[in-house]
Amino acid sequence: MKALTILWRRELALAWAGGGGPLLACGFFLTLTALVPLTVGGAPEALTPLSGGVAWLALALASTLSLERLFERDFEDGALDLIALGAAPLELVVVAKAKAQWLAVGVPLAFSAPVAAIALGLPAALAPLTVLTALIGSLGFALTGALGAALALGSKRGGLLIAVVVLPLYIPPVVFGSGALARAVDGADPWPAVALLGAYVLFAAVITPFAGAAAIRNAQG
Amino acid sequence: MFGLANPQKFMAFTRPLQPVLWLLAVGLLAVGTWLSFAAPADYQQGDTVRIMFVHAPAATMGLGAYAALGVASLFALIWRHPLADAAARAAALPGAAFTALALITGSLWGQPMWGTWWVWDARLTSVLVLFLFYLGYMALRASIDDEQKAGRAAAVLALVGLINLPIVKFSVDWWNTLHQPASLLRAGGSSLDPAYLWPLLTMMAAYGMLFGAIWVTAIRTEVTRRRVLSLRARAAMEA
Repeated sequence: MKALTILWRRELALAWAGGGGPLLACGFFLTLTALVPLTVGGAPEALTPLSGGVAWLALALASTLSLERLFERDFEDGALDLIALGAAPLELVVVAKAKAQWLAVGVPLAFSAPVAAIALGLPAALAPLTVLTALIGSLGFALTGALGAALALGSKRGGLLIAVVVLPLYIPPVVFGSGALARAVDGADPWPAVALLGAYVLFAAVITPFAGAAAIRNAQG
Repeated sequence: MFGLANPQKFMAFTRPLQPVLWLLAVGLLAVGTWLSFAAPADYQQGDTVRIMFVHAPAATMGLGAYAALGVASLFALIWRHPLADAAARAAALPGAAFTALALITGSLWGQPMWGTWWVWDARLTSVLVLFLFYLGYMALRASIDDEQKAGRAAAVLALVGLINLPIVKFSVDWWNTLHQPASLLRAGGSSLDPAYLWPLLTMMAAYGMLFGAIWVTAIRTEVTRRRVLSLRARAAMEA
């Protein structure tokens, strides 16, 4: 347990430091948001129906940004071999890394999500719901993303490959998350969608540790 | 079935099977094509209804090939059979090709029938996602140099994809009912007249045989390729 706590602190420190992990992700997120009115036109009546969906699209894309470094850095300098030899099982190491990724990237993104959505015309009263769904959804992104990052270990084209592998798997959370906002905008009950989003994250939490650990063991050979 | 996991037995077993599969595929394709053109034109859709005989079997085989890919990957991961890995690798490209064919013919069918090349209907979107799954599998497999590691990583991805496919399908259906698009597909169109059912069933069988023939040929090629590689490696060691 102690080994895991130390590892988790290390991961968090690495994710926060060096080039400002959360700041960079939020900057990317807001840049994407700013490009939307510039490409589709700034009329409020055109933007408001898009606001929730665009925020979720930007969230999903921004969540894939730093995945490349999640395992690759430790894999290259041999730290991953040491971690695998350590007391903590590799399955829990994957979870610790995904959790650190979520805290360093997902949570800051979740709190900038309502800013982006409201700037695009989402009713301000929906800000708490936006933060909540983005928090749950970004945890799912971090878990599924960690699996993609583990699978791409040792490949020559990390970033783009991870995006191609991971983005199709991001479809359910994107559908449920933006669906919750769309329902709330229409005045319908958003909670069924939030519940489905939560169910997906639980599902990802079951699959990722085992599949991710298998992928790492395979890459280490 | 497990006896076939031995590459030598597999090669001996499929040597006569391969031409039979190809003959069946070509024969059924010929008969199916003839039946497709012999079928009467639909009173509403006219001659474009014939696209169905190319389109529907392609979609079925696209999905079927992914199931084959997933099962082969499971065998490759659990029993570490090189042959199962070869089977998974061999299923990916034909499966992607069938899925792409379903998307293209569907688009060509949609233009005269619905007046548009593409609609974000739940079925179309699901098939597009299936194609993306194939793409991810092939991209991952191609980007890792060590073939054994590439095969194992791709197998994990194929299995994760197989488990995720129903969830993606469910979420897309849920999304579709949320958006309530203009219903372009005729309701109750599924009760097919026998005049169309027989050509369709023949084409389904033909596509099944075609996939089987391509698959077996590709596995045989892969086994031979690996033999050549190991022979070359041995020759280099001795030299």
